[in-house]
Amino acid sequence: MLILNNIPALLVAIPLLASAVVSVLPSARIAWGVAFVTTLCCLYMAFELTEIVSASLTLSYAFGGWEPPWGIAFVVDGANVHLVLLVAFISVIATVYALSTLKHEIAVEDLPKAYAVWLLTIASLFGLSMTGDAFNLFVFLEISALSSITLIALGAGQDRRALLAAYNYLIIGAIGATFYVIGVGYLYAATGTLNLLDIIKRLNEIGTNQAAVTGLAFMLAGIMVKAGVFPVHIWLPAAYSFAPSAVSSLLSAIATKVAIYYLARILFGIFIDTTHLIDLFLLFVLMPVSVIAIFYGTIAAIYQIDIKRLFALSSIAQIGYITFAFSINTHSGISAGFIHLINHALIKGALFMAVGIFAIGIGQRATMNSLRGVGRQMPITFTGFVIAGLALIGVPLTAGFISKLYLFKAIFETGNGIYVAVIAVSSALSVIYLWKIFEVMWLQEPLQPLKIEKESVVACVSLWLLVFTIITFGIYSAGVSSYGMNAANALIGVR
Amino acid sequence: MSSLYSVLLNWNYIVVIMLMMAGLYIIISNQNFIKKLVGLSIFQSSVFIFYISLGKVSGGTAPILTGVSDTVYSNPLPHVLILTAIVVGVATNALGLALVVRIHEAFDSIEEKKLLALKIEDGHQENEQKDNKL
Repeated sequence: MLILNNIPALLVAIPLLASAVVSVLPSARIAWGVAFVTTLCCLYMAFELTEIVSASLTLSYAFGGWEPPWGIAFVVDGANVHLVLLVAFISVIATVYALSTLKHEIAVEDLPKAYAVWLLTIASLFGLSMTGDAFNLFVFLEISALSSITLIALGAGQDRRALLAAYNYLIIGAIGATFYVIGVGYLYAATGTLNLLDIIKRLNEIGTNQAAVTGLAFMLAGIMVKAGVFPVHIWLPAAYSFAPSAVSSLLSAIATKVAIYYLARILFGIFIDTTHLIDLFLLFVLMPVSVIAIFYGTIAAIYQIDIKRLFALSSIAQIGYITFAFSINTHSGISAGFIHLINHALIKGALFMAVGIFAIGIGQRATMNSLRGVGRQMPITFTGFVIAGLALIGVPLTAGFISKLYLFKAIFETGNGIYVAVIAVSSALSVIYLWKIFEVMWLQEPLQPLKIEKESVVACVSLWLLVFTIITFGIYSAGVSSYGMNAANALIGVR
Repeated sequence: MSSLYSVLLNWNYIVVIMLMMAGLYIIISNQNFIKKLVGLSIFQSSVFIFYISLGKVSGGTAPILTGVSDTVYSNPLPHVLILTAIVVGVATNALGLALVVRIHEAFDSIEEKKLLALKIEDGHQENEQKDNKL
């Protein structure tokens, strides 16, 4: 009972404490073991949490018995309960994957410390996805930024440019986080509270307020940096392409997604929109920016030679799809956004894992040249890679198809045909870059005989676990789509 | 005239804006990676002063019960928040400086222009290596 009553706190506390333990362990294998057991515990607790929340709809956890709005509260409701489950699930699989890949990319004596930072990242992502306190969110935002910067910088063992990517992320991320704090300051000045639910209540009482609007604008700007939304995405491609492959798949799958969830929460959850400011923002800022992001990411990916950078650029396009769905500003639009949030996390995680396995197999960076003919030598990984790639395009029987289906449904409800063209054309364009990779890897002959290390079983198992989940969600979509519905219900009310 | 007077009366917020702009300008314009971090520090400090100004009530004292019924207290919460934010700022700066040390070891420079050139060179070398192998 003690565990069940305190799950929200334990989900953060256990990885946090484990990370302190792991950092002093002498052996990399023991460190990995502790990290793996920790993430498994978190997955179990996340499952328990979904059952508790599905029974009672909203769970508010007051830290130290200090009731909100005075104390810090963790809030779990329909909008984030499955996000917590996603973070737990991806962190287990990425940890399994790290066992066989991280030792190729990081010096062995650094491994225990790397796992310590790894657990710190996971703890902060759990915190980010549950906290109901605006300032507490900033703290978790910074923990997640600093720990993921450290993980990205660990890629320097392979390529020194990882350090520059990490430094850029640090500067841009810190500016974003500071903007967020300015926003929280304004909201606090206007309402006198930091609890998100309480802010809604107070804003309702005082009506539209100049300070609150300014604060909201600063908060949005800050969170958009963390989420990698188009004009402020510049840190993202370099960071994901030079990080160790396990880190790329962990961060690309869940780190930006948590920020996007919070973006939706600010857009639809906090502000009582009496003067249609949010509507105007969605229509005239977020929607054009998302469309540009979709085309910029896809077209830049077509011309990219480096495979990891290619998928980082395609991430920008996919984040564009999610924010585009939000900017439709209807119930079905928001649920389409949340459905794609889950599906894209699975798909992009799997793709980065597969690219990592190829890169370790050929012993150099994965590019259009170095990967020639590799697909035939590593058929198991390549098959998983192709399925994940097809899901990215949105082929039926994969999770990506379900995302596109709900996105189209949301668009048709608005009755605006031009958006259909946006999604259809950009999906067709994404076929180009994926086909290019498939062709290079399967149809072209390697220009010199390949010396390929055997693909490790552990890495393949973790990749295929994700691929099976992608296929399962493509066939039995009820779970994901009901999550989308619940999230929209929690944010803008039942329709 | 009176509005100008009230702006001047809140001179602490003017200081905040000046520091904020100075910090951002240093981050954007400066080539040196350590100076960029200094700019970041100034930028963050401006937000600290903003919060501290928010919590100050004129004539207010520290929030310790005095027993006198009509004592005016300052709001302690923004001050406490800023204690946390200062710690976060220190951690950010420490990590940033550690990265600069590593960058200096790896590239032998911390000037942005030179580093950009080296970065592009790295990319070219990678492609050439591949061409040689092909």
